Amino acid sequence: MTLILNFFAHIGGSVFAFLAATGRLASFAGRSVMHCFTPPFFPSQLLRQLIDIGYYSLPVVGMTTLFTGMVLALQSHTGFSRFNAEGAVAGVVVLSITRELAPVLAGLMVSGRVGAAIAAEIATMRVTEQIDALRTLSVNPFKYLIAPRVIAATLMLPILVFVGDIIGIFGGYLVGVYSLGFSPTNFLSQTWDMLEYMDVVSGLMKAGVFGFIVAIMGCYHGFNSARGAQGVGAATTNAVVSSSILILIFNYLLTQIFFS
Amino acid sequence: MSDMAQDINKDTAKIDLKGVSKAFGNNHVLNDLDLSIPAGKSLVVIGGSGTGKSVMIKCILGLIPPDSGSILIDGKESTGQNLKIRAEFMKKFGMLFQGAALFDSLKIWENIAFGLVHGHGMCKKEAKEIAIQKILAVGLKEEIINLYPAELSGGMQKRVGLARAVAISPEIIFFDEPTTGLDPIMAEVINELIVEQVQGLGATALSITHDMGSVRKIADYVAMIYGGKIIWKGAVDDLDHSGNEYVDQFIHGRSNGPITRRLI
Repeated sequence: MTLILNFFAHIGGSVFAFLAATGRLASFAGRSVMHCFTPPFFPSQLLRQLIDIGYYSLPVVGMTTLFTGMVLALQSHTGFSRFNAEGAVAGVVVLSITRELAPVLAGLMVSGRVGAAIAAEIATMRVTEQIDALRTLSVNPFKYLIAPRVIAATLMLPILVFVGDIIGIFGGYLVGVYSLGFSPTNFLSQTWDMLEYMDVVSGLMKAGVFGFIVAIMGCYHGFNSARGAQGVGAATTNAVVSSSILILIFNYLLTQIFFS
Repeated sequence: MSDMAQDINKDTAKIDLKGVSKAFGNNHVLNDLDLSIPAGKSLVVIGGSGTGKSVMIKCILGLIPPDSGSILIDGKESTGQNLKIRAEFMKKFGMLFQGAALFDSLKIWENIAFGLVHGHGMCKKEAKEIAIQKILAVGLKEEIINLYPAELSGGMQKRVGLARAVAISPEIIFFDEPTTGLDPIMAEVINELIVEQVQGLGATALSITHDMGSVRKIADYVAMIYGGKIIWKGAVDDLDHSGNEYVDQFIHGRSNGPITRRLI
């Protein structure tokens, strides 16, 4: 009997811990959003984050989407040739890239690059008392550290994904034209015919949500980091893992909303 | 009546802690702690590691909320206040952190000017001029203002931290183990700078340290914390004949005595 009670107590404890953690995260996210819209603002910090998150992520996102578009063209050609449907390659590439692959892969890559950096930087500031120092200098760390990162990531990821869409489709075009023998004009016209306004917009809206998730998870885990090098390492790992999982979950939910 | 009691009675205490308690889980760090600091005086709190010195300072600064008790600054309650009122209290404070806590991503002058620009709304040009004055005042060369904290030695970082703490001309300055990790000569330099800057500003100072050389140099008054309470306080001149066996054991660094090391 005691064993069974202990088992349920353990499950109950885990559920309560999960709910408490979710509540803390929601509260943190709410405070962060509130501070994004209330003064004082720190434009120099925002500009720095826009450059760090946007400009410096371009090579990573560009390479990812370029090769994804190329592989997609090759794989879809291999599959569709069995049904004599090679003409659908351009359409598959453009829809897959704009709706799913560019936003999700860019989100995951930015999570690894930017989410980890945000968590490590803020956790180090926590461990070395720099966040306490901000408060003693009459500066709210939410406004100085969190808000610029959240705004920058939410704004820049859609731009990165838009560029990624173009590069990914270009990757598919390169393989289609120079490796699979498609006519350039046909490939481009099929791409254009297949593409709808909503395909691009849904991907960009997803990207905005993913950017918000990456920044919030990085800031949350960094801000609540435990002491020492191990605490900084754990914060970084947790930021990347949790934001990656949330990106995949929200991708499903948003797809359901946009296309069901 | 002791000198300290007379000082507090003459003027309102600058900082007055009444029955402050703080626990982390089952660990009761501060336990109904009372302490008053007279305006314009320097009080140093001594005590072993883990006795709650840093927690006490963080409670006064508002970085950690106490579980109970009252903290009065200039006779006004500072605990449980909204952000706006807390910000007004913060403008009276300067703090030198144990590890200096300089902002890695900012240049030295930007670190020193940070509180002036962002906390007090001063323009950058004017704040930079004050930062240069403070750099010179703590014995550093003007050439370092465009360096980053990682390019400075530990002693230089402490001096920059001190310059940042005094840049806003605070009414109250906190020093968290200001000489920890420094060689004896640099420690003495920092102590002299602290005395010079605090007296120059006419500020009230609250320091915590293990370094008895530092205590004798910078303190007007000394208080000893043990078991989450202040168990002795008095003028620094009375430290060697306090009549308190805990104080005697601590200042002489004896392993035998009433202070026992708990296994953690």
